[in-house]
Amino acid sequence: MPGLIFRRLLMVVPVLLGVSVIVFLVISLIPGDPARAILGTFATPENIADVTRQLGLDQPLPIQYVVWVSHLLHGDLGRSYILHKPVMDEIMARLFPTLLLAGAALVMASAGGILLGIVAAVRQNEWPDKLITISVLIGISTPSFWLGMLLILWFGVRLAWLPVGGMSEMFGGGGIGDIARHLLLPATTLAAVAGAVLVRLTRGAMLEVLRQDYVRTARAKGLTESRVIFVHAFRNALVGIIPVIGLQAGFVLGGAVYVETVFQWPGIGRMLVSAISTRDILLVQGGVLIVAAAYVLINLLTDLAQSLIDPRIRAS
Amino acid sequence: MYNAKLTRRTLLAGAAAISTVGLPRFSLADTPTDVLIVGHVAELQTLDPAQAVTISDFRILCNIYDSLLHYKDGSLDVEPGLAESWVISPDGKTYTFNLRKGVKFHDGTDFNADAVKFNFDRVLDASHPFHDTGPFPFVFTLGPIERTEVVGPYQVILHLKEPYAPALSMLAGAIGGLAGISPAAVKTYGKDFARHGGGTGPFKFVEWVSGQRFVLEANKSYWRGAPALSGLVFRPIVDENARVSEMLSGGTDVTIEVPPDNIATFTASKAFTYYQQPGPHLWYLVLNTKTKPFDDKRVRQAINYAINKEAMVKDVLKDTATVASSVTPPAFIWAYDNALKPYPYDPAKAKQLLAEAGYGNGVDVTFYVTESGSGMLSPVLMGTAIQADLEAVGIRAKIETYEWNTFLGKIIPSLPPTVAVAELSFMTQDPDMHPALALRTGGAVNSGGFSNPKVDALIDQGRAETDPAKRAVIYKQLQDIVYDEAPWVFVANWKQNAVSSARVKGFELHPSFTTRFYGASKV
Repeated sequence: MPGLIFRRLLMVVPVLLGVSVIVFLVISLIPGDPARAILGTFATPENIADVTRQLGLDQPLPIQYVVWVSHLLHGDLGRSYILHKPVMDEIMARLFPTLLLAGAALVMASAGGILLGIVAAVRQNEWPDKLITISVLIGISTPSFWLGMLLILWFGVRLAWLPVGGMSEMFGGGGIGDIARHLLLPATTLAAVAGAVLVRLTRGAMLEVLRQDYVRTARAKGLTESRVIFVHAFRNALVGIIPVIGLQAGFVLGGAVYVETVFQWPGIGRMLVSAISTRDILLVQGGVLIVAAAYVLINLLTDLAQSLIDPRIRAS
Repeated sequence: MYNAKLTRRTLLAGAAAISTVGLPRFSLADTPTDVLIVGHVAELQTLDPAQAVTISDFRILCNIYDSLLHYKDGSLDVEPGLAESWVISPDGKTYTFNLRKGVKFHDGTDFNADAVKFNFDRVLDASHPFHDTGPFPFVFTLGPIERTEVVGPYQVILHLKEPYAPALSMLAGAIGGLAGISPAAVKTYGKDFARHGGGTGPFKFVEWVSGQRFVLEANKSYWRGAPALSGLVFRPIVDENARVSEMLSGGTDVTIEVPPDNIATFTASKAFTYYQQPGPHLWYLVLNTKTKPFDDKRVRQAINYAINKEAMVKDVLKDTATVASSVTPPAFIWAYDNALKPYPYDPAKAKQLLAEAGYGNGVDVTFYVTESGSGMLSPVLMGTAIQADLEAVGIRAKIETYEWNTFLGKIIPSLPPTVAVAELSFMTQDPDMHPALALRTGGAVNSGGFSNPKVDALIDQGRAETDPAKRAVIYKQLQDIVYDEAPWVFVANWKQNAVSSARVKGFELHPSFTTRFYGASKV
């Protein structure tokens, strides 16, 4: 097991380097540059040249990249042109909110998705199954930003049960209860699609497993139905579900970009959106790198979890 | 023993239980009553007015910094600020300022002539020890300042390389706030001054949490007297729908820039106060005067007649703008020519002019539209409305849409020869800036390649003339010629807007696109 972890961690390095090269290239291919973004309609050629020089962007791109990588090796992601602060500081301030939001959404999606999937499978073709299947179809087809706005309108504005945005109260906020109240709507929005996917998957996997001979044997032995479902059937179905949870982790991290915008959640997604529009290349670079690293680590964790459950994977 | 059976009854009972327990009603009970929470359009980028480049930053910074001069309430006329009085030399190149005594920075140090000199030298002199705290992209708008000279502890002179009459209004503008920066704070924080700031203004910096809030507290020893509010919180809410939801739910006291479609919601309720204020802004179409068909004045006038600007302002922009007449926005009350009426909507006249110019069978043109952009209002909707109006008179416009940054790169310094029309907008604090950059022969953002010797001469005269009354005459002449020559289609002058809770008193939007909260209070 430690060998596996080490090998997988080692693989993270080339992945992240590859990601950083791609981001650097893509940003340089988009027309427009930070100087133009800063100057707007005052972007005269002389002004652009001045600001470009002052920002240190007059160097050729490969040299900029090499400088960036050499700083990275010292743990320095550079300084944001637009926010006038070290990229690392900004990312650290925004990492926790994003992980909290994505984590909460993933837990909600997994718990809800698996539970409803099991119910649908166990009650196949009965009304709970039909109800759940229709809800799932709606869940998968609903765009997150639209669902987010609906939830805001209903629970935030009409009923005024929950705050419509932000992560905490401006005054006297910041406690666990306060953050949880602010988290509920964005996490639900983000969890909707991911959860719906998991319901479908769990239902399919459980139906498959419930038809197996060992399930019939377990029932024949006289085990309780709950024991048959949760111990014998579900544990085997889980082998197919866990990798998809890993994939959904990537989905919620990606989805955080617009959910954060709709709910003013102070995370990395929102930071990236504005950094791209202002061509703040170092901030984009740093943000994407951290998100990619998080994604790779989550996948590593799901692989480990899978090998814990499935002895066949451990053996190989 | 656990029974895995889910019955209809247990499901309904569960749902009923959840709905009766409910959730506590959200409230802002902990917010002090004399603190305003402002829903702001963007995250603050810098606390350094010399580095700031966005209107959204200046809207905040004008509460922390004073300039040498101030704009009067509700106008772009200047009044004393940190300078009690000033004298301009007859050649228009030397500005002597007599500074206010007894003013202190937020950090307790004294404001004086040395501080002003430090601040100007920092941004102008590349060898200044703190010049590397830049860049300072918009300092050039203050004019061709050559050097500063300290004459006495409270007297300072700005020497200009050439006469530049806009200097006074630019110094009173938000970028002029750089004169009121605390040198001690710059020396203490270096590059991180942008994250700490320090001025003489009515509010001082307390806390800045990325993506969440920017908090200011009252400067109790402010030289004009302590503000009524004890604090200000700016919440960055970039999404306009989210800004509206926060305002409706009570999460903010003031919202800057309400989308046109939501204005009616607020004006219909007694719980809110709606504000609007015309600013020095122009939304226009640049016409490529170097190539056919717009190298012909008749075609340029025809397109001005062809577009129904009244309908656009009313239906698309929901009265958040007025119809523009020429290059100078009406917000420059002193320089605006009231006698000039916008080109009326007259498709018949447009067709007639097009026929006279030899385009009786219509003409095909390429029209650049941007997706968004500072001051661009609703560029896609406006672009398609314009396209429909042009089609009606025989100008068949093919729209190409670009993201704002890409768009700027394509149209500045000049439109490609194959492109006949492009949307654009401009905001400034003096009537000189826009014509000088965008209409003067060879001007740096003269995208349409317009050239007219009379216009060039008037721009030069206006820049050299320090008597406001004589300057006004010059700009009125300029507007008349530009109106007739029609190098652009003059479409709209934007009215900035805001909404507040009815509990907020004493708040007003200012024509300079700043939001000053000094006089505001909450009851």
